[in-house]
Amino acid sequence: MSRVHIDWTACDGRGLCAELLPELLAEDEWGYPVARGDMNVPPALEPAARQAVDRCPALALKLVSARSA
Amino acid sequence: MTSVAEAPPGSSVHLRLLADPAGSRLDTHLSQHGRLPVPDASQVIGMARDAGLTGRGGAGFPLWRKLTAVAATRRPAVVIANGAEGEPASGKDKALLSYAPNLVLDGLQLIAAGAGSAVLYAPAAAHPALRQLIDQRRAAGLDRVPVRLVAAPDAFVSGEESAVASAVAGRDAVPADKLVRITDSGPDGSPTLVQNVETLAHLAMIARYGPGWFRTAGTYDEPGTFLATISGAVASPGVVEAGYGVALGDLIAAAGGATTPLSAVLVGGYHGGWVPADPALGVSRAALTPYGGSPGAGVIMALPAGSCGLIETARIAGYLAGQVAGQCGPCVNGLPTLANTLTDLANRRARPGLPAEVERLTRLVTGRGACRHPDGTARLITSAMRLFHADVDAHLAGRCLSEGSYR
Repeated sequence: MSRVHIDWTACDGRGLCAELLPELLAEDEWGYPVARGDMNVPPALEPAARQAVDRCPALALKLVSARSA
Repeated sequence: MTSVAEAPPGSSVHLRLLADPAGSRLDTHLSQHGRLPVPDASQVIGMARDAGLTGRGGAGFPLWRKLTAVAATRRPAVVIANGAEGEPASGKDKALLSYAPNLVLDGLQLIAAGAGSAVLYAPAAAHPALRQLIDQRRAAGLDRVPVRLVAAPDAFVSGEESAVASAVAGRDAVPADKLVRITDSGPDGSPTLVQNVETLAHLAMIARYGPGWFRTAGTYDEPGTFLATISGAVASPGVVEAGYGVALGDLIAAAGGATTPLSAVLVGGYHGGWVPADPALGVSRAALTPYGGSPGAGVIMALPAGSCGLIETARIAGYLAGQVAGQCGPCVNGLPTLANTLTDLANRRARPGLPAEVERLTRLVTGRGACRHPDGTARLITSAMRLFHADVDAHLAGRCLSEGSYR
């Protein structure tokens, strides 16, 4: 299983990821993504997660192995 | 804040790193401790592991594990002695660099076995004396790996591991994303090892006197001594050295004792936690965990009974909110909001749901930054809301317990 990693130094809160991955991410009051759970990506959400990673305008999202911290 | 306390008779406070008042002189250092043995990298890992030496910068991570991670890369590492000490309530690294810089430089050589370069990262004000000592040691043939001095900016986060590595690589001293560990690959691609200066000084002692000697202080699970910076309502604020598990009362006594009855003590630092002013409370991870605290970087700040813990915490939270590096949205936005909300509570600008809002914001910022600045700030506030819960209730009712008056 993979996990969504957010590079907070790059994220500027455009909010696209929360739109594309509402099952995993919400938005806080400033527009930055908030994890709904542990950010692990169930297989069914893998395509949406990849899309969120590819479309992040700040290149702040990555899909990493769920094991790495 | 560089006075060094003598141990009161019968207490478990005792001096190792700070035992020698003339330790800054190379000749005194050598006559006191002799030349540094020259173990190889695997021997250094072994002695750090056997001694149970943990990082003294705050996080308390076992040194041997980081040494092992760096060694496993089989590439020349950048090793850095971190003396930034951005924590305003801490003065122990400054004291160590002025009282016993030779131990720090010895320790730096020990972790630099096989390294490409060694760096001492310290505030610029300390550089002239350190530069002279580094040259003197080099001329005496003591240091095989040349040591470069890099200036640490005076900012709270400038001592954070990845910020240190970044500064040493010639960039801004701000934390970086942690997807790749710097022990594998730092800012310039080299494995990078950052260790607090006190950790290195202990290592220099262990190399001479052995892991068994090191373990004669402290507890079985948390061996060795640590440097504590004691401030607040004490007669002689300063730096004290003691074994882990030392009673809080012994530390306070070593700093001249409390000048007034105490209501609470901040332990660990501005990212630490408030604990009751119980003289019998042990200063160790095991004893402080129930309070959500840890010895951290050794900060002990005594709050006098006449002061309000909520006001003091709001002051610190305001400072921490002003020290965000400006990179991570949840921290940049969340910490000022959190500090302002806590300030409302501290100033008795009560409104319904105020404590719940503080709690929600602490949870909201936690884990959402490149470094642990939001987490540490949230931890401090959470500990305050818990320990000062009677004050919270009073403030909501428009009173303050430390004034005992209505406003």
